[in-house]
Amino acid sequence: MIQALAFYLFAGIVIASAVMVILSRNPVHSVLWLILAFFNAAGLMVIVGAEFIAMLLVIVYVGAVAVLFLFVVMMLDIDFAEMRAGLVKNFPIGIAMALILLAELGLALGVYGAGGLQLGDAAANDAAQRLGESNIEAIGRLLYGPYIILFEIAGIILLVAMIGAIVLTHRGPKPGGRARQDIGKQISRRPDEATVMKQPTVGEGVEL
Amino acid sequence: MNDVIGIEHFLVVGAILFVLGVLGIFINRKNVIVILMSVELILLSVNINLVAFSAAMGDLTGQIFAMMVLTVAAAEAAIGLAILVIYYRGRGTIAVDDVNQMKG
Repeated sequence: MIQALAFYLFAGIVIASAVMVILSRNPVHSVLWLILAFFNAAGLMVIVGAEFIAMLLVIVYVGAVAVLFLFVVMMLDIDFAEMRAGLVKNFPIGIAMALILLAELGLALGVYGAGGLQLGDAAANDAAQRLGESNIEAIGRLLYGPYIILFEIAGIILLVAMIGAIVLTHRGPKPGGRARQDIGKQISRRPDEATVMKQPTVGEGVEL
Repeated sequence: MNDVIGIEHFLVVGAILFVLGVLGIFINRKNVIVILMSVELILLSVNINLVAFSAAMGDLTGQIFAMMVLTVAAAEAAIGLAILVIYYRGRGTIAVDDVNQMKG
């Protein structure tokens, strides 16, 4: 019974937050609704027993989405004085949201303790649980075993994305900024064009 | 009471999220950040489907695939935001309704 309750709560909040993501006028509010949607989707995954993916969703998505949030704040002209004025007005809503999230965490924990949802037929679930290892152990066994190539490819995808993002946004040194090393110019210097021999007479200096 | 929630419920949630993501792309044509968030919603719905089938069939391969989807989503968000940054540098705005630089 608690499983059904948790499912409907998580699913309802996921869908409601997705609606708010695409409908809200302020992009900052969209990002916050998106974070709520991801938290509740993680709850949906916890109650079917996929804890590792749920935690990954919270860490990767909510972490990345927090960066997205910073981007929105930095790039758009948002009136922070107005936002601070809204703080007092929105304080009860914020507290209510925090309490709802806390209750959801407790609910997900309760459902997980109560055994979680059983989707599909019992035979498949028995086959999955017969090994007697936790979700993350089983995923690790698969990921570093038969799917090791897939794992490496995922790493390469992330590397390419990282290099691409750096190459796209890197501006290089400013002209007139700090002195830079020009290696081609350095190694193409020859001794005869870099040094001169002088035979100054005694008591005179050298004109350079 | 475990039999009241089946895989169909999860598939319906995934379908609704997918449709909402597509709808978000269409109704937020001007705001590229919200378009990126809609793409994230679409990928989330794919993940929900993969995890639901994985749990229903007792096969963890679906969860491995969900991790790969997460990887691609993170890479896509990084590249999309980088493109947005250089676009903002060039134009001073992120309104994308008049983007036609690549029109032939």
